[in-house]
Amino acid sequence: MNNIRFSDESLALVQKMIQRYPEGRQKSALIPMLHVAQAEFDGWLAPEVMDYIASLLNIQPVEVYEVASFYSMFNLKPVGKCVIEVCRTSSCWLLGAEDVIRHLENKLSVKVGGTTTDGMFTLKSVECLGSCGTAPMMQVGADYYENLTLPKVDQLVEKFRHDGKRKCYTDQPENVTI
Amino acid sequence: MGKKLLLQHDHVPGIHSYEVYRKHGGYASVEKAMKQLSAEAVVEEIKKSGLRGRGGAGFPTGMKWSFLAKPPGVPRYLVCNADESEPGTFKDRYLMERHPHLLIEGMITSSFALGANTSYIYIRGEYFYVSRILEKAIEEAYANGWLGKNILGTGYDLDLYVQVGAGAYICGEETALLESLEGKRGNPRIKPPFPAIAGLYGCPTVVNNVETIAAVVPIVTMGGDEYAKIGIGKSTGTKLISASGHINKPGVYEIELGVPVEEFIYSEEYCGGIKNGKQLKAVVAGGSSVPILPAHLILKTVNGEPRLMSYESLSDGGFATGTMLGSGGFIVMDEDTSIVKNLWNFTRFYHHESCGQCSPCREGTGWMEKILHRILHGHGKISDIDLLWDIQGKIEGKTICPLGDAAAWPVAAAIRHFRSEFEEYVKNPGSIQDVKHYYRLNNLTEA
Repeated sequence: MNNIRFSDESLALVQKMIQRYPEGRQKSALIPMLHVAQAEFDGWLAPEVMDYIASLLNIQPVEVYEVASFYSMFNLKPVGKCVIEVCRTSSCWLLGAEDVIRHLENKLSVKVGGTTTDGMFTLKSVECLGSCGTAPMMQVGADYYENLTLPKVDQLVEKFRHDGKRKCYTDQPENVTI
Repeated sequence: MGKKLLLQHDHVPGIHSYEVYRKHGGYASVEKAMKQLSAEAVVEEIKKSGLRGRGGAGFPTGMKWSFLAKPPGVPRYLVCNADESEPGTFKDRYLMERHPHLLIEGMITSSFALGANTSYIYIRGEYFYVSRILEKAIEEAYANGWLGKNILGTGYDLDLYVQVGAGAYICGEETALLESLEGKRGNPRIKPPFPAIAGLYGCPTVVNNVETIAAVVPIVTMGGDEYAKIGIGKSTGTKLISASGHINKPGVYEIELGVPVEEFIYSEEYCGGIKNGKQLKAVVAGGSSVPILPAHLILKTVNGEPRLMSYESLSDGGFATGTMLGSGGFIVMDEDTSIVKNLWNFTRFYHHESCGQCSPCREGTGWMEKILHRILHGHGKISDIDLLWDIQGKIEGKTICPLGDAAAWPVAAAIRHFRSEFEEYVKNPGSIQDVKHYYRLNNLTEA
């Protein structure tokens, strides 16, 4: 546990987060802090990382574990450098999400939930990401990739392989479309 | 062209920036509320407007606001529900991404009306990039004196923060959202007390949907009475509809409440008809939780009246022949869609998203998913259809929060309107294709 510590930059961000809440309600910063921790410590929350967060907030470790295990965005086991999350619900499903998932499974030689042997990709299927009008879609890191076709998926996978992209809460999303 | 109150500047380049938004009349509602009206008068305008909660329940906003307890010396909070997770719904994302200042302005005017000095926008974690857009808009609002201390010299102070969630549909339920905002698991609270009495940190709190808060802006600017003239009957104003599925023009449309459903689906102004020239089979009109309706019942009520996009018309006939406007997540299905498969997809969603607190929901959603799975894969029995019916009836109304109802209603409606299709899956499993993939997807072994 001693060697787990936020970078100065993350620590400053976390201190700023804690100030958003009234005195005595600092636990409210837990979820945003876990996002920062996950981004900094290899995309997942190891027990010692969660213990470190508990010590920063002065709460019991179990209060962190119970939260981390409740929310689907927190990974409790190691993931690849690039986590591909394909929406599988409703309109995405009506418009071919299964084909996208199957295509990625074949292309990456990995089953949903698994990580490629080179540690590059983790493939997940997730519930509705609010992109139904631009279905099918997937999320990688902070970014949404919409109106997917299989050739488009191929191009994106090559791009991710090249960029070595990983889920990063602290980076600016790249494709903000305004 | 219908009236637009929220997206009227949708095509103005740079409307997401402070300067452009201000140039187009932005922040006028804050000036009017603070300089010409009082906090109480703003609440009155909202009551007069007839605005109903745009998140799905449709509860009158003015009434919700007037329930807010005001014990002296106790802080009050306004929390914006931007957890938009109802399958088929993406209007709040659209609004926040393109018109962030409209939400910020609504938050300021509403916080002033409610006497809140700290407000939060709770946004789902997956919308992280949208949270960045909001944070930038909030910075601009602070820099221009709309947030912070002594706003417009009135002595009123307001701080506004964005809180990011982490992936949990249940956090769209207002008390689960408050739990999550307090740094806990998103388990809904037992009510009463309602948040208006004991909400965030045990203090009086109002939780409103993004679109509801945004609608406060035109209501205050134009006056509640004027707003109430728009729309039809008790469905006043405009509504953002998220249209998706098998249509030619998916997207977010602002409609004046009362547009005929048929016009909404087929006119070029909206959905532009069914994709690939196919026939309409069914519609889920208000997000995955509301009852699915077959084509003939979504286009016309059981009495043969044209069905309208309004709270009353969509619910005409009750659940026997009607549905709900809900969140406005309008999912269109063509003639080739399997209702059974679609229902399994929805049921898997509710099973995944049940918080696990109440046994009817925690167990029932899992059972329904499993039974639908076996029907889909040719191992179903006719009695399974009755079993599904039985289970959904034992979830509905028997849980702390409405997720139980939301999981039960789609099952009931699919069986009510499409029972023969379920029977076909049982009697003629050979008609089923592509079954193995589902097993692999879920790491299940074939039964």
